[in-house]
Amino acid sequence: MKAVVWHGVHDVRVEDVPEPKIVNPHDAIVRVTLTAICGSDLHLYDGYIPTMMKGDILGHEFMGVVVEVGAEVRNVSVGDRVIVPFAIGCGRCFFCEQKLWSLCDNTNPNAWMLEALYGYSGGGLYGYSHLYGGYAGGQAEYVRVPFADVNPLKIPDGVADEQALFLTDIFPTGYQAAEQCGIEPGDTVAVWGCGPVGLFAMKSAWMLGAGRVIAIDRFTARLRLAADACKAETINYEEVDSVYDTLKEMTGGRGPDRCIDAVGMEAHGRTIDAWYDKLKQAVRLEMDRAHALRQALHACRKGGTVSIPGVYGGFIDKVPFGSAFAKGLSLRMGQTHVQNYTRPLLERIERGEIDPAFLITHRVALDEAPEMYRIFRKKADDCIKVVMKC
Amino acid sequence: MNGMDTTINVNNPERWFSVVAGAALAAYGLTRRSIAGLVVAGVGGGLVWRGATGHCHVYEAMGLSSAPAEGEGDNVSVPYGRGIRVEKSVTINRSPEDLYGFWRNFQNLPRFMSHLKSVSVLDDKRSHWVAKGPAGSEAEWDAEIINEVPNELIGWRSVDGSQINNAGSVHFTRTIANRGTEVKVILRYDPPGGVLGAVIAKLFGEDPARQVQEDLRTLKQILETGERSTAARG
Repeated sequence: MKAVVWHGVHDVRVEDVPEPKIVNPHDAIVRVTLTAICGSDLHLYDGYIPTMMKGDILGHEFMGVVVEVGAEVRNVSVGDRVIVPFAIGCGRCFFCEQKLWSLCDNTNPNAWMLEALYGYSGGGLYGYSHLYGGYAGGQAEYVRVPFADVNPLKIPDGVADEQALFLTDIFPTGYQAAEQCGIEPGDTVAVWGCGPVGLFAMKSAWMLGAGRVIAIDRFTARLRLAADACKAETINYEEVDSVYDTLKEMTGGRGPDRCIDAVGMEAHGRTIDAWYDKLKQAVRLEMDRAHALRQALHACRKGGTVSIPGVYGGFIDKVPFGSAFAKGLSLRMGQTHVQNYTRPLLERIERGEIDPAFLITHRVALDEAPEMYRIFRKKADDCIKVVMKC
Repeated sequence: MNGMDTTINVNNPERWFSVVAGAALAAYGLTRRSIAGLVVAGVGGGLVWRGATGHCHVYEAMGLSSAPAEGEGDNVSVPYGRGIRVEKSVTINRSPEDLYGFWRNFQNLPRFMSHLKSVSVLDDKRSHWVAKGPAGSEAEWDAEIINEVPNELIGWRSVDGSQINNAGSVHFTRTIANRGTEVKVILRYDPPGGVLGAVIAKLFGEDPARQVQEDLRTLKQILETGERSTAARG
């Protein structure tokens, strides 16, 4: 079968690899019909996530048709169209029972690695390095789906692949980011990063009662989509002297009530700390560039919430923790517990409240993956979201 | 710490091993006629001294001893303060009854203890264990249950004359607020190459504490989900 295979930094290839088989009784095999490249795949592409190995199959946003199920799988059957959440839950451990699916105790076979790094390990992820279990990803024609009895969601005929696909990650991730803000009616929500997660966070902020949404980015195409599709007021940080001053002025001197860092470890910026990060990361003295996070912590109003769906992997410098403390901020973060959101968000799609396909800019075949990684990384061709048909 | 402490904390076979290996290292090191050779010779000399005096500063610093304790009888497999001791815990989302039942059937142990090849139950108290050793070798012994409280604990030890003297216990404690059961395992064994052998094995990646931790992780997977997590593709 064809699959997108990681070979090294900025080197992914479409190759012929063996098809997966059922290994465990709760497995299913899914024939992928549509898959996407996620912004977090770029962290792998750029080499910022350790323990990637030559030959690893990428991709954690995928959907398709069940072609085989293990002996213990009864909730989905052969022929069902399903979406598969990117974080694998076992459904039986303490954390899955608490609905903290991405923190599952049992699905990361390499848990000892993450334990060494973070103290405790969360669950396995598709196509996201050996730290996260070494599971083969979904940018492939077939995928082995463990614990298919608790993770996949059946998609009804009336919902197209393009509408359903983003239930695997970015729509729930944006939604969880907004939900974790604890938005109160009328709140002003500022979102750093107008990539897919940021855009879905803006849409979700409105669903959860926001009074205003402000979007911060530097790419005009993205800011335009934030304004047009997500009714956001926009700040191009390359055109203002200070994002903090601008936000303060826009909010009558009080600051945004809720701030969302939808950028993560590879933030760009024009201020001194951003260059400092870039230099330290380049020489491997710092793992993550936290420019957007610093700005969000500094700009957030007193008693506000900073929610962090953007991915961080290691250590960050110069975090204005005094500011966060002095203002009594609440911080929320983490991988998305996708399984909590798939059904309610599917219902919103079915009711026509949102069409998640609004941010797709590139529709290609799987063979074009290497070119698409290049374009997406450079944000060339106004690229926001790439979907690939298998 | 008393630098001149000369208490005997190395057992006799290990002392002989130290003398022979140390002399060989010292001879090899001296023939190298280099700084590195001198260092090797120094280490060898230290081993000879360790064997001759029966006192090991490394053991002392680590609080270990492989020498028989004073007044120690023959009725314990691994006397207190000797050999390797590993203690690890895991919390499993099942009742103490389920966990006790699974463990009490010793035939289940090789399903999650990766160094075991098989355990066959001989009678209500006794079982025969076959373990995998380095380089395809095998070690076998008979074990007997010496202590058990249903749904709470099981203790066992190897019988006299075993290839590897060892003992172990497992304790099951229901957590407060019913958040699963804490499983605590304590294993003790006299490693074949002495404690020194175990320290060397650790340098080459064989760490018994880490091994037990991984075994308990597998036990948790099997008992919570019914399968062993794997990223294998078939």
